[in-house]
Amino acid sequence: MAPRGAVETARAVAAGDLRAVDVLEEHLGAIRAREGEVHAFNLVTQDAARVHAAEIDARVAAGGAVGPLAGVVVALKDNMCTRGVPTTCSSRILEGWRPPYDATVVRRLAEADAVVVGKTNLDEFAMGSSTENSAFGPTRNPHDTSRVPGGSSGGSAAAVAAGMATVSLGSDTGGSIRQPAALCGLVGVKPTYGVVSRQGLVAFASSLDQIGPFARSVADAALVLETIGGHDPLDSTSIPAPAPTLGPALVEGVRGMRIGRVTDLPEGAEPEVLARLDEAVAALAAAGASIVDVTLPSLGYGLTAYYLIAPAEASSNLARYDGVRHGLRVDAPDVNAMYAATRAAGFGDEVKRRIMLGTYALSAGYYDAYYGKALKVRRLIADDFARAYGACDAILTPTSPTVAFPVGAKTSDPLTMYLCDVFTIPTNLAGHAAMSVPFGAGAHGLPVGVQVLAPALGEHAMFRVAAELERRAPAAGGR
Amino acid sequence: MPDTTRGGDADSSRAADPAATLSPEVVAKVARLARLALGDDEVVRMTAQLAGMLAHFHDVDALDLAGVQPMSRPYEMVNVLRDDEPAPSLDRDEVLAAAPDAADGRFRVPPIVGLEG
Repeated sequence: MAPRGAVETARAVAAGDLRAVDVLEEHLGAIRAREGEVHAFNLVTQDAARVHAAEIDARVAAGGAVGPLAGVVVALKDNMCTRGVPTTCSSRILEGWRPPYDATVVRRLAEADAVVVGKTNLDEFAMGSSTENSAFGPTRNPHDTSRVPGGSSGGSAAAVAAGMATVSLGSDTGGSIRQPAALCGLVGVKPTYGVVSRQGLVAFASSLDQIGPFARSVADAALVLETIGGHDPLDSTSIPAPAPTLGPALVEGVRGMRIGRVTDLPEGAEPEVLARLDEAVAALAAAGASIVDVTLPSLGYGLTAYYLIAPAEASSNLARYDGVRHGLRVDAPDVNAMYAATRAAGFGDEVKRRIMLGTYALSAGYYDAYYGKALKVRRLIADDFARAYGACDAILTPTSPTVAFPVGAKTSDPLTMYLCDVFTIPTNLAGHAAMSVPFGAGAHGLPVGVQVLAPALGEHAMFRVAAELERRAPAAGGR
Repeated sequence: MPDTTRGGDADSSRAADPAATLSPEVVAKVARLARLALGDDEVVRMTAQLAGMLAHFHDVDALDLAGVQPMSRPYEMVNVLRDDEPAPSLDRDEVLAAAPDAADGRFRVPPIVGLEG
């Protein structure tokens, strides 16, 4: 029997047909059974979760009102601040830090009566595509534990794929929700920049970061996005509008929609991944959409733009980790030596590499050649999308060029790892919406995701397409 | 990668060959700017890795970027103002409890002046 989804759980808990404490214990049982081999979590907050679930049940029993995610078990990527609960970003430099406030998304989940079960593993400071760059060890793919779950939100993806949480939150700077969703056979959403508040999300690259949900169904992802989205006065980049209403999009179908098929996609995707994409396009055509050929000639240059812009922003954002206000300090006779020693001891190799790359790209003499040029490429990519969306309502591409790869396969060469993000990065550069939807299996029977891209605030169109793909998706294979 | 024709990049911002310009000395200087105490072996390793990345990043030299407006964020920023209403701030003791060292209601750090940097 398929595990219960968020929509069904919330409805049953609110009606008194299902107890939140029992839902929670099912998930804690899954954690006990599989966490040893998967390592999805940095911290399981079972005591607080049990108290919270019992409180929800008591409220239902007393005839009180409960929120739209009543009793839904949710896991949080460990780069979202939780008051009094350790928030590490999977980095030694923040080990033991307990934030003095909750992220806005954490507050909104609590107000909706979701039950937080723990904080999930990630590539350190969300820098990576495999969740191998964690100071606390790698997360494994529940479909095949010799393989990675993708990253950087690999723990949040693995937790949902292994039934340890019903839904989870990740953050997506260059594909960190969509790529692990694809590799773990889940729905993963990168909302339009500004739809979900970043307040309390530890900043990696502020012009690219966005929080979004992982779920086992499009409807569950929609419910979570409706709950966490909407204007937040505490985030100056938050769009001053309510969260999107997505219920109608789930049942409208795609008849009359124009779906873009990219004729000049960057090369490198596995043949099975491209075959699933073709089948997804055909499925939408069969459902009444018209297929339009579009070109995105600058798309392949997104990788370069991203790997200059994101490290540049990170080098600035991560300057705050200096041994003064939180986490680790390595003692030294003067303050400058203390900063440098603390940061050298606290950051892992990939974080140091990106800080160095970003600092170099911003430094005098190199700014125009690297960072300045990257910003112009970013504009070309946004212009490409603007042209394409003149002819179509949504675009289909692969999410990841490959299915889940073996642990250790790409750790020796950073550039090889960066190529995992070639199809997901352009969305972040443009600030648009995109999501990955499971669509059959690829090599070794592993899950394949198809990516649905939509323009800024195009969530309605995006979820129409995603729901149709879900209805027409082939089975995910034998695993 | 699409399109390999070399466009005329009129803004003269093309970098020199990074393998030629990126020396361990430059990397050590960047590490100082980034406040990272890297060992000599780390500097050597980082030099090779950064040079490899920068070489790849020159793929964009194929694009004609003359006259293209830089884009630093998805939307143009507008100044956001709110009413100036007093509201509770973070609890000072809670904030200081998370610090590696604190005294007298403040963060405490090693000497800032009076020692060799």
